[in-house]
Amino acid sequence: MTASATPPSVSPLLSMRSISKAFGGIPALSAASLEVAPGEVHALVGQNGAGKSTMIKILTGYVSRDEGDIQFDGGPFEARSPQDAQHKGISTIYQEINLVPFRSVTENICLGRESRRFGLLDWKAMHEQARTLLARFKIDLDVRKPLLRFNTATQQMVAIARAIGFKAKLVIMDEPTSSLDEREVAVLFDVIRQLKSEGVSVIFVSHKLDELYEVCDRVTIMRDGRTVRTAAMASISKLELVASMLGRDIAQVAKSATAFGGRRAQIGDVVLAADHLSAGHKVHDISFSVRRGEIVGFAGLLGAGRTETARLVFGADPMRSGAISLDGQPLVPREPIDAIRAGIGFSPEDRKYEGIVPEMAVSENLTLALMPQLSKAGIFDEAKQRAIVEKFIKRLGIKCSGPDQKIRELSGGNQQKVLLARWLAMNPKLVILDEPTRGIDVGAKAEIQTLIKELADQGLAVLMISSELEEVLEGSDRVFVLREGRNVAEFPHTEASESAVMTAMAHGDSDLIPEGSAS
Amino acid sequence: MTEVQIQAPPAARRIDALAAIMRYSTLAALILLILFNVFFTKNFVSWRVLDVNLTQVAAIVIVGVGMTLVIATGGIDLSVGSLMAISGAIAPIIFLNKVFYVGEIHVAVALAMIGGILLAGAFGWFNGWLITRFRIQPIIATLVLFIAGRGIAQVMTNGSLQPFKLDTFQWIGLGRLFAPANASPGDFHGVPDQVVIMLVLVAAAAWMLKRSLFGRQILAIGGNERAARLAGVPVAQVKRWVYCISGLCAGLAGLVVIAINSSSDANQVGLGMELDAIAAVAVGGTLLSGGRATITGTLIGALIIQLVRYTMLANGVPDDVAKLAKAALIVAAVWLQSQGRA
Repeated sequence: MTASATPPSVSPLLSMRSISKAFGGIPALSAASLEVAPGEVHALVGQNGAGKSTMIKILTGYVSRDEGDIQFDGGPFEARSPQDAQHKGISTIYQEINLVPFRSVTENICLGRESRRFGLLDWKAMHEQARTLLARFKIDLDVRKPLLRFNTATQQMVAIARAIGFKAKLVIMDEPTSSLDEREVAVLFDVIRQLKSEGVSVIFVSHKLDELYEVCDRVTIMRDGRTVRTAAMASISKLELVASMLGRDIAQVAKSATAFGGRRAQIGDVVLAADHLSAGHKVHDISFSVRRGEIVGFAGLLGAGRTETARLVFGADPMRSGAISLDGQPLVPREPIDAIRAGIGFSPEDRKYEGIVPEMAVSENLTLALMPQLSKAGIFDEAKQRAIVEKFIKRLGIKCSGPDQKIRELSGGNQQKVLLARWLAMNPKLVILDEPTRGIDVGAKAEIQTLIKELADQGLAVLMISSELEEVLEGSDRVFVLREGRNVAEFPHTEASESAVMTAMAHGDSDLIPEGSAS
Repeated sequence: MTEVQIQAPPAARRIDALAAIMRYSTLAALILLILFNVFFTKNFVSWRVLDVNLTQVAAIVIVGVGMTLVIATGGIDLSVGSLMAISGAIAPIIFLNKVFYVGEIHVAVALAMIGGILLAGAFGWFNGWLITRFRIQPIIATLVLFIAGRGIAQVMTNGSLQPFKLDTFQWIGLGRLFAPANASPGDFHGVPDQVVIMLVLVAAAAWMLKRSLFGRQILAIGGNERAARLAGVPVAQVKRWVYCISGLCAGLAGLVVIAINSSSDANQVGLGMELDAIAAVAVGGTLLSGGRATITGTLIGALIIQLVRYTMLANGVPDDVAKLAKAALIVAAVWLQSQGRA
């Protein structure tokens, strides 16, 4: 540790000292340290590859350490497996929900620790147990109903309740908010405060800086496998925090932090006009437009229908009614190929699930949408592909060992750049970017945001969806707010204040839309 | 190699090395097997032994080519054995003039062969249609024809054996290319026609998979079907063609088998072929979950399985035990795949 805040007055609950670990000769951790006080919410931050996850994996028994000492709850600590760690009082909550959707809430909570009576399951006791546990987090629901009947946020809460159980002393939350919207995040924070008041400690891993300030007491910053700094949240500014993570000086960070703001774009004619789109239960009568050189942002809570609307425009899902036109020409996209041919690109929110082809090389991923144009009489032109790929690797600064490297070996930020290049390579009229910076470290995030801005400056029409309000507000020329599948407000850049947009997201009250900006 | 690759970080290079080992491990295994036999199996180095092994492996490899493409998309085709039976049933019906009379025998044989292959291909297309139109899992969709296909073949032949002796047709299973005029036993007798067909098919499919748009689309679908669709790959169309090709290959293999047997028995033709073909694909190093495939690997895989069996039989090991060895090979291949992905 090179720097430290005032040590907690009481002896720490967890103390990891001089932890080292190498994978196949490459060090992931070099003498890293972490100390968590009882009843403290401790943020663990760092760029991708800083060593946060290795640190947590060692603590929870996923991997073993090469060197170092761990003390937990007054004695030496060693977890053989995540189950063992949980048994000893350290629970982990992962990004993805690991539950059984068709079984009841009770079954999900009590799975693996069922109450038995005369050799049979004691349902009454188990329901009661589940109810008590959920009540602790102020959740009241029918625990006999199957889990899939509840919304994602509730499911997440059930997952948290299950993970914490009754005896966790330390709870690790690895990016718990990445799939939650702002309201659900607020509920999660209540849970964290509740845990804290009961003397339970929390290690909170997140890329979202605002959340750290809202809920955390102290922060430990990691970089390149080392602990760079531990400080009280109140004593460290956002800028300092980012600077420590990046290992840059503050002046530089200030520049990159403002790169996305203050757009003054040359906006041209309408490229995309979507009129009265409806589909399924999630999209009702949504109209919007995107103009040349304009970045249009979709704001809204999870489930507001942002992604679903975008997918309609791209032909990824069937549309019930409505009309789309591109450059004044009517477009009926039945399949993505129709939208692609018309000049629309779409980068999906889940890179791994819908974006990359992990087994394929960077080059093949980059040209995936361009394959027909690179082929003559069905024969693929490798040389032409290589030229295009090399051009985009250079232009977007994609860090890879070469066009032949498998895309799954790249960092999230570089994978995202390849996906951007996939669409830029076909010279589109409009790109739809669904969560373009999700799960990407701070450095790459700023780079991608700058890139999007540059593309718009060159005349590209961009439709951007982001769950980070800040990203939408600072990066868009116009913001549409969606709520429960309806288009409830439209703000030009100058009027899209945080409070106005958030009010529209939460209430959808037309009264609150500033005069003259509603369409 | 290019400049960029020289700058590869150590981690990437390690993965490259692993990939190289994976790629050549099947070939190395084949060479080891051959060397073993050269030293320990009597009379192994002879034209006759080469002939026997290549001839026996040809039908498996021909079916295996189609199967490799199917598996590359992340699917599976259980119907190939039954499609072989269908093709094997319809061809003799045509060239024995059972349905309509064709005077010129060459025309009759040509019609029979094309008819058999196309019919099997049509059934393959049907598989693809079931899978893409109704989103049925390939293992279930192709199970339909796995069961029904053999029944169709039996109905076409009334369940009876169709014997024939017709050189005009049987060249495909018994004929030889480059056969010397008067060779004594033990000499080079020429290359069996089905081996030539097999090699041409392997070369064409390997080239297609690597260099053509269609091959790229197949691998993209197998690698991540959702991503492929969102990038404009016509998923349904490609899949239908792949299952159709698998059917065409099965149809061709069915003709080879009945030509060798000089008869067509709907109960026997292609029995168990789906498993032999899948085994060859797996041992050859094609990823069973799709996205990575090698046609030459399938050829090598089939040769390994064949040669292991031959080695054991030639050295006095009973056939039942040899089957165990085949099973062990498949387990080893699948294990190796899981290592490569870790």
